[in-house]
Amino acid sequence: MDDLYREIIIERFKEPLFRGVLEPHDISFEDENPLCGDHIRIDLRVDENSRVVEAAFSGHGCAISQASADLLLESIIGKTLDEVKQLNKQDVLDLLGIELGPVRLKCALLPLKVVKAGVYGLGEASDSLVEE
Amino acid sequence: MNTTITERLDVIQIREDFPILKREVAPGVPLVYLDSTATSQKPLAVIRAMSEYYERSNANIHRGVHTLAEEATAQYEAAREKIAGFIGARKSREIIFVRNTTEAINLVTFSWGRKFLQRGDRVLLTEMEHHSNLVPWQILAQEKELLLDFVPVTQAGLLDLQEFERLLSHKPKIVAMTQMSNVLGTINPIKEMTRLAHQAGAVVVVDGAQSVPHLPVNVQDLDVDFLAFSAHKMLGPTGIGVLFGKEELLESMPPFLGGGDMIKKVHLRRFSPNDLPHKFEAGTPAIAEAIGFGAAIDYLNRIGMERVAAHEHDLISYALEALNEIEGLTLYGPSADQKGAVASFTMRGVHPHDVSQILDSQGIAVRAGHHCAMPLHEKFGLPATTRASFYLYNTRQEVDQLVRGLAKVKKIFG
Repeated sequence: MDDLYREIIIERFKEPLFRGVLEPHDISFEDENPLCGDHIRIDLRVDENSRVVEAAFSGHGCAISQASADLLLESIIGKTLDEVKQLNKQDVLDLLGIELGPVRLKCALLPLKVVKAGVYGLGEASDSLVEE
Repeated sequence: MNTTITERLDVIQIREDFPILKREVAPGVPLVYLDSTATSQKPLAVIRAMSEYYERSNANIHRGVHTLAEEATAQYEAAREKIAGFIGARKSREIIFVRNTTEAINLVTFSWGRKFLQRGDRVLLTEMEHHSNLVPWQILAQEKELLLDFVPVTQAGLLDLQEFERLLSHKPKIVAMTQMSNVLGTINPIKEMTRLAHQAGAVVVVDGAQSVPHLPVNVQDLDVDFLAFSAHKMLGPTGIGVLFGKEELLESMPPFLGGGDMIKKVHLRRFSPNDLPHKFEAGTPAIAEAIGFGAAIDYLNRIGMERVAAHEHDLISYALEALNEIEGLTLYGPSADQKGAVASFTMRGVHPHDVSQILDSQGIAVRAGHHCAMPLHEKFGLPATTRASFYLYNTRQEVDQLVRGLAKVKKIFG
């Protein structure tokens, strides 16, 4: 468990690097985890080559979901949207460096779900976006 | 308060009856179970009653004439009798077996609501309701174009009774409210509220999911028209609950689900419904679960609900005092004298999910989230809270462990 609250997670929760909103933005999406009420919005700016150049998240949630959002956004800067579409559950777990049970997994995957729903231009986010 | 009564409740002995309380969550980390508001643990007597039924008497009920069917029917109906006695119902036919509190309330909205409510009628609810006593009314309101009113919750976590009386002047057809909030722990003055609601001409539905397991509840004394509760929150199994209804009301209502056992006669194009309580129990019911529920009632009766309530009052008083000492922790709900053994709180700078995860690492099981009461959390401007709740098997030592666990939360999030 102490692993679960690794330094990087507490650090990014307390002092995130990508917290905020981007106005204007090219892509924006928000969603929540109905079980716990975590709410995340993610804004992206992309260049003419469809590469993510800026990213920000806002909303509220637990340390896992917030740190996951921050680390995820850091990792997608410079990636093309097609590359972002390829990201999956394991990529997020690798970023966090932890193992998670089924309940907390939803917290960790919410940011990726929101990013992918936005990138795909979907009406709503579905769990199938983050399944392996 | 009530130290003599509390002493007589031998918690160490009681804990011996609950096998799960002996387990460790991880090697060397014993379980501290503080989530009985979500579901209670089960004593061996309940587990045995159910396995004995399956080992000895398993048969379908009400129709068979063989020995096993007779035994199963007798045990199932004996459970109904026990429950009627437990809540002071006049007759066991006023006890309808359903799956849980949620289904019981849906039975009222589908059957009573569809028959007796019309466009423009008002339904009076409260802001502290569990989703199970909100959504069924919302569904009905949409279908029948009803108006929903809500008794507000004050900052202190109590119902605003002046506002309740004002809303009653709009002549609601039905008042549906919880006897004990599953988040704030608030115990509402149901007897007085029922008297006022009846004066205004309303039928009263009470969500007893939290009150029946923890307080002495007598439906004749309270004079409520319907009372809904679940076995699994009161030492019994999941999958079975009860709708109590006054006989004359139940008689006036059409069936809820159609099928076997709820009929007297069936022709190709019509049927005539069975007598109470079978009219509302279509299909093969949860027989083993009803028998387990009966064993849970026996267990609670042996201890006595007065003593259960006194023990829990002692625990929540102790817990609130200790939690109030923790810097950065905010408690929600009224003082111990006005509530059951439920402590919902937030900690500054830490999400409730993280609080409960760190507590779990120390074996302490609490709940985090909105506890199926999103409107109440909205009212207090909170996305979620952490909730510790207590039952007859919890101890002051476990409260101390909770407090130590929260110190660790503060250390990690420092």
